[in-house]
Amino acid sequence: MDKVINESENHFFSGKKSTSEIKGKIFIGITQLAVILIIAILFIILGIIIYQGRTKFSWEFISTFPTNGMTEGGIFPALIGTFILVIVMSIAAVPFGTITALYLTEYASENSKFAAAVRFSVRTLAVVPSIIFGLFGLGFFIQFLGAGADTVFNDGQLRWGQPNILWASLTMSLLTLPVIIVSVEESLKTIPRELREASLALGATKWQTIKKVVLPGSVSGIMTGTILAVSRGAGEVAPILFTGAAYYLATLPGSLSDQFMNLGYHVYIMSTQSSDVEKTMPIQFATTLVLLILTLSLNVVAVIIRSRIRRKAK
Amino acid sequence: MDSQLPIKQSFTKESLKKKFRLSEFLAEKIISSIAFLSIAIIFLIFIFVFKESLPLFSLGSDAKAKTEAQVTTANKSESYGASSEELKPESYGADTAEDLKPESYGTETTEELKPETYGSETAAKDDLKPESYGDTPKEDLSVAPAGEMMNAESQNKEGSDKTWSTFFSTEWVPVSDNPRFGLIGLLIGTLKVTIIAMLIAGPLAVLAALFTSCFASKRIKEIIKPIIEMLAAFPSVVIGFFALMVLASFFQDVFGYDSRLNAFIGGVAMALAAIPIIYTISEDALASVPKTYTEASLALGASKWQTAFFVVLPAATPGIFAALLLGVGRVFGETMIALMATGNAALLSANPFESVRTFAATIGSEMAETVFGETHYSVLFFIGSLLFIFSFALNAVAEFYVKGKLLKKFQGK
Repeated sequence: MDKVINESENHFFSGKKSTSEIKGKIFIGITQLAVILIIAILFIILGIIIYQGRTKFSWEFISTFPTNGMTEGGIFPALIGTFILVIVMSIAAVPFGTITALYLTEYASENSKFAAAVRFSVRTLAVVPSIIFGLFGLGFFIQFLGAGADTVFNDGQLRWGQPNILWASLTMSLLTLPVIIVSVEESLKTIPRELREASLALGATKWQTIKKVVLPGSVSGIMTGTILAVSRGAGEVAPILFTGAAYYLATLPGSLSDQFMNLGYHVYIMSTQSSDVEKTMPIQFATTLVLLILTLSLNVVAVIIRSRIRRKAK
Repeated sequence: MDSQLPIKQSFTKESLKKKFRLSEFLAEKIISSIAFLSIAIIFLIFIFVFKESLPLFSLGSDAKAKTEAQVTTANKSESYGASSEELKPESYGADTAEDLKPESYGTETTEELKPETYGSETAAKDDLKPESYGDTPKEDLSVAPAGEMMNAESQNKEGSDKTWSTFFSTEWVPVSDNPRFGLIGLLIGTLKVTIIAMLIAGPLAVLAALFTSCFASKRIKEIIKPIIEMLAAFPSVVIGFFALMVLASFFQDVFGYDSRLNAFIGGVAMALAAIPIIYTISEDALASVPKTYTEASLALGASKWQTAFFVVLPAATPGIFAALLLGVGRVFGETMIALMATGNAALLSANPFESVRTFAATIGSEMAETVFGETHYSVLFFIGSLLFIFSFALNAVAEFYVKGKLLKKFQGK
């Protein structure tokens, strides 16, 4: 097709053809350059962090505590802290997100104003700056719920009214909620209408249909959403800046009301506020590398699952 | 014949069906009320971020605002008791605050600049101090009968009067005897970084989206898209770290400016964070332009690039506009990159190679140092609610503009 068009152009505007073609080449070239530039930047970042981080990166680094005022040793507590954070976060966010997605695809009617409002607020949640979630966590979870719980159950003793894992995880779960909702919704949409209709035609009620037909079909979608949310939650720092992350802890957190160390926060604090930034540079790069490996590999897994869903839908 | 029988059976079991309907009804109600929570969260976020900044609004002139503020302050002190006041500094300042202070203010850039800003202001400060402090006892007396809360409240009020007047100044000196909360300096810093980031990210991302949706073959498209979306998986703290450790030195060598961390570095790093968002949304918008448009254009004899540039791109303008708006929202509220790469000094200059301080970075770096209920604390929450309102508005505009315009365009209404 294209060749035919080009030939006809050739016939009618033989004089103009060359300039237009050159223009086209330049234009396409520019767009191509943009793509190449973005991909190049991405690989440069990856390359430099891998190159600088490789010296310190080892099993020992991952499995030991920081020592000597955080200038030596590993990042074990930060890794564990991140781990606990994303687990508590997922426990809070996944059911909530799945049910909201179920509502949007299964129950809400096409023109429902309420569903539109829910959609809008989910999208708003996705664009609210992460630092606002941190403020919200401080204002709502810590100072309203936490301090409230302390006065009611704890006789004003400070236990929940201060930064800890629980509040940080809940704050993070609000941030990652849209990620889960969107991917569950997407996977629910790929379940063929016929399956639902067949189930309903067999006499199953709507709830039975959802439980037996729709939900099993969306398991991979829920998994993708959870993985993406975990990847996001593991990397975000701003929401936990003042809802639970600690600079240094000598022990692992023992309960949900303890503070915790976090990989991203560790990177931030080591690179900006460490006593000896130059000396700890290898540690910083290695920590960043660990964080990057964590988030990127989770994302790759999610992409693979998602593409499998899409192929199945076809 | 066989198939008719079970149907008849199920019809006879009317009572059983009704039972099911009750649980069905409950399930539906529960599901929709959980869905409602996502709306509630948005409201809660606004209410609770804004609530903490309320003491700022307790201006003496407005009686209603005063009582409101009294209620809130009364509530607060009730719920948190005397013990929390003693404990609060501990809980926040145990390890972070002390470590934070010297370093975050003591980067190379600020050290050079601070003496200047302080030096020029000392005279003015001295003039102001006795005056403003002289007023306080009088105010205390006039409002004293309202109750025992007055001490804290009048402090707030005096703070708020001063605070509001300093909002429109250019200096951000939250921790001093005479604190000034000049939001203008922060606003200009934020705008500077945003503009630089968008100038880099906007064209790059839109052009890349144009290439993937119009010129790339299907196979190349399937490679490019996930790779660029991979950039979205980079945590912002990683991008900030990269900017701080690598980009800053690199660009300093290239351009040879004075302050290593500045608006330009922050802008470049934030562009990296904004590119995947702008790319994904504008790619969607470009791909959703009806095939009939491109086919008509090609049939009329236009070449591929002419079609892309004069037909597809204009048709997708609303979507691309929305993508850019959301990119602005992302950059405006980006915290970690701003904290790590912009130098964190609220300077007032048009030079892109000077350090700046953004709204989000201000919240991020100073919240840990403030005392609960202080003016500084309220001001930070006030900045937070401004950020929230701004991002909410951007999202609303993007959403409704796109929906209205795109639908109108493509459905020919």
